[in-house]
Amino acid sequence: MNGLSVIVKTVTRWVVDFIVLYGLFLTAYGHLSPGGGFPGGVTIACAFVLIMLAFGKKKLYENVGFKTVSRLDCTAALAFLAVALLGFAYAGPFFVNFIQKSLPGTDFQLLSAGIIPICNIVITLKVAASLLLVAVVLSAVRVVPGGTDEQFQAEEEE
Amino acid sequence: MFDLVTLLLLFMIVAALVALFTNDLLSAVIAIGAAGFGATVLFLLLRAPDVVPTHVVVEVLTLVILLRAVVGRETVTFAGVRPIPFAVASGVLVLLFLTFAVMSLSGMPEFGKPSMIANADAPSRTYISEGLKETGAANAVTAVLLDYRAYDTLGEATVIFTAIVGAVVLLRRKSRKQRELSMGKQGGNNK
Repeated sequence: MNGLSVIVKTVTRWVVDFIVLYGLFLTAYGHLSPGGGFPGGVTIACAFVLIMLAFGKKKLYENVGFKTVSRLDCTAALAFLAVALLGFAYAGPFFVNFIQKSLPGTDFQLLSAGIIPICNIVITLKVAASLLLVAVVLSAVRVVPGGTDEQFQAEEEE
Repeated sequence: MFDLVTLLLLFMIVAALVALFTNDLLSAVIAIGAAGFGATVLFLLLRAPDVVPTHVVVEVLTLVILLRAVVGRETVTFAGVRPIPFAVASGVLVLLFLTFAVMSLSGMPEFGKPSMIANADAPSRTYISEGLKETGAANAVTAVLLDYRAYDTLGEATVIFTAIVGAVVLLRRKSRKQRELSMGKQGGNNK
């Protein structure tokens, strides 16, 4: 339960920031280069899963509020829908790229493509939160007779 | 007014309502399947034929799994000789399927030749030539994912959301009732 060896812990400590940074890069440049919301979110979630593997579950439970994560999950899902519904406000169909239609940015720049970067960011939040929750939920189930996860239960009952 | 799409939409809405309000689990599952296959035909009519095969597979799989979960553990085994009409009917069905499969195979473009070259009105032509102009996204994949086929992406996000909700609900330690019970024993104001 105390995680893996010192080598793994040290390397994880160095690498984790860069993994999150790479996930953010994939998201931010999703409309320009290969990447996007789904791969970015998966990368960010993997950083947290790596922390969980290297330092043990307890460390993650202490540092991440899972109530917040599940709320983030729901909020991002609703935000994605809200971006889609905003298309109606521009008197267009569902999911119309209203920003690109009203004030198009310069092509190949970071601020371009209208709602696509916004959608990417929202999807990243959603996917990262979802996958982190999946990993946590699956890791919390242990078929050890008599074994309990007080921390997780406390978190659940909070 | 009442074209095929509207009729199908009405059919799907009715099927979904039946699935929601029926008391019989088996009829609910069958109604869900009906709604799903309505959506499959709808995709075909709305000129998204590439979505249809996936949709059919997913529909059949979910229907079989749900039926299995609903009907229960006992398996029905057929013993003895199969009635001749049934055998003939299944043979005819297999032959029909094979015929259509071969026919669709001959309609496919040559191996190694993209269909966008073979067909003048292939959607991928528009995606590549007009994608940057229409969406402003330099990445054509993102342009398709979040602009031309944004519905699909919304569906994917919904699938992930449903999956995590299902996982959390199924794998939690105690149900809400149990938790309230145990809280009630301890005095109740834990919050």
